[in-house]
Amino acid sequence: MIKMQEVYMTYPNGVVALNGVDVTIEQGEFVYIVGQSGAGKSTFTKMLFREEIPTKGSVVVNNTDITTLKWKEVPYFRRNIGVVYQDFRLLPKLTVYENIAFALEVIEESPKNIRKRVMSVLDQVGLKNKARFIPDELSGGEQQRVAIARAMVNHPALLIADEPTGNLDPETSWEIMRILEEINASGTTILMATHSKEIVNTVKKRVIAMEDGMIVRDEHRGEYGYEV
Amino acid sequence: MKFSTLKRHFKEGARNTWRNGWMTIASIGAVTTTLILVGVFLVLMMNLNHIANELEEDVQIKALIELTAEQSDVDEIEENINDISGIESVDFVTKEEELENLMDSMGEQGQAWGLYEQDNPLNDAFIVKAEDPLETERIADQIEEFDFIYRVNYGQEYVDTLFKFNEYARNVGLVLIIALVFTAIFLISNTIKITILARKKEIGIMKLVGATNNFIRWPFFVEGMLLGILGSIIPIAVILIGYYFLSQNMAILQQFDFVTILDFYPFALQISLIIVGIGASIGVWGSLMSVRKFLKV
Repeated sequence: MIKMQEVYMTYPNGVVALNGVDVTIEQGEFVYIVGQSGAGKSTFTKMLFREEIPTKGSVVVNNTDITTLKWKEVPYFRRNIGVVYQDFRLLPKLTVYENIAFALEVIEESPKNIRKRVMSVLDQVGLKNKARFIPDELSGGEQQRVAIARAMVNHPALLIADEPTGNLDPETSWEIMRILEEINASGTTILMATHSKEIVNTVKKRVIAMEDGMIVRDEHRGEYGYEV
Repeated sequence: MKFSTLKRHFKEGARNTWRNGWMTIASIGAVTTTLILVGVFLVLMMNLNHIANELEEDVQIKALIELTAEQSDVDEIEENINDISGIESVDFVTKEEELENLMDSMGEQGQAWGLYEQDNPLNDAFIVKAEDPLETERIADQIEEFDFIYRVNYGQEYVDTLFKFNEYARNVGLVLIIALVFTAIFLISNTIKITILARKKEIGIMKLVGATNNFIRWPFFVEGMLLGILGSIIPIAVILIGYYFLSQNMAILQQFDFVTILDFYPFALQISLIIVGIGASIGVWGSLMSVRKFLKV
């Protein structure tokens, strides 16, 4: 599913974000990425949907080598990856329904299929009754569920969540985790960058800890923490 | 592209145009101003061109034949002229006809020339027209080489000046129009750039969910086109009304067979189409130029 080999990444301003990363993640895994701010988590996740390209090394996602991916092919590559952010990134003027449908319109899905799939994914995240609301009328947890629904509506093989619970209270966080686990149970690989010790130590999964652009620990059913 | 997608792009483009409010009005204003100026230049240029063409059409070569030439020589000259490439017509005029024309053209006073009817000093001549008026000089030079040609006459200085003036006017007009068009494109692309900043997030999300660049561009394409078309309404109205009155007044002048301007119809249709075309192109170009920067990620 994901295979990084000898990946180095230096930004034009000289900041070294990744300093020799080797990792393999199998289809269907649920992986936490932990580490201090600036440890390289964001660069790591951005590389998986080719928002960044490594300065050295190879990154293969979904059998696609992103370093040799042609510019024109990037959009099609991204359709197989869902991304969820801490700040939700919903379009404020569109309704919940329209926000999710947007992801399908963009890939030129037929209007009939759009309707069917949006309703089904809204059902999955438990927001069928809020389809006509705009994001501002929803709670933070509900907005994040909309963002997850949007990421999932294409049935991507990989879901990347960058601190999805970062802006949410603990109770709502558990709700998001339950949804992510459900999605994972249906076979989707999930990669979640997080700062929440409680979540990582309670919902036990593989943990990759990063520091100074390197993987310092990689354990199955691991604990939170990134000290060597 | 699917029809439903195309429909979406048009809806989206129209909605953005409407939502951008004052920015839209500013863009339309820039297009309107440009198109009025461009339109006036176009009207001038097209008419100048028309007048020049009419005058050029009148350019003809008069090849005077030596008095000593026999009928067989005249036939030979005609054959030779017909062999020259780019000839539109060759007409033979006898000296009697020449004298008559001369007398007619001079009116009352011309009657004095009637004295010469018995002993005509003029020459028989060939009147030659070139297919392309610009070829006149070359053809005249060739005819002059023939035997039994006394002299060739085509109003050398007058023709040269006319051609030079036409070319000059055309070039100046073109440069001005191009300069105006670029100014407008620049203004529109800047106005749209400001509105795009507000839509940066939207574009980012579109890219995130796998929209192709063309998909993102389409609504901007539609928006630019709309701005251009809306911006061409006032210029077309101004120019058509102006030209209508001008052509009404010119009708009086035209009785004197002075210069003629292009007829209101089909000129009105042509100029309207050209203005809408330029407007739409300016809008589309300006809009796509401003979105370019935001597509790189």
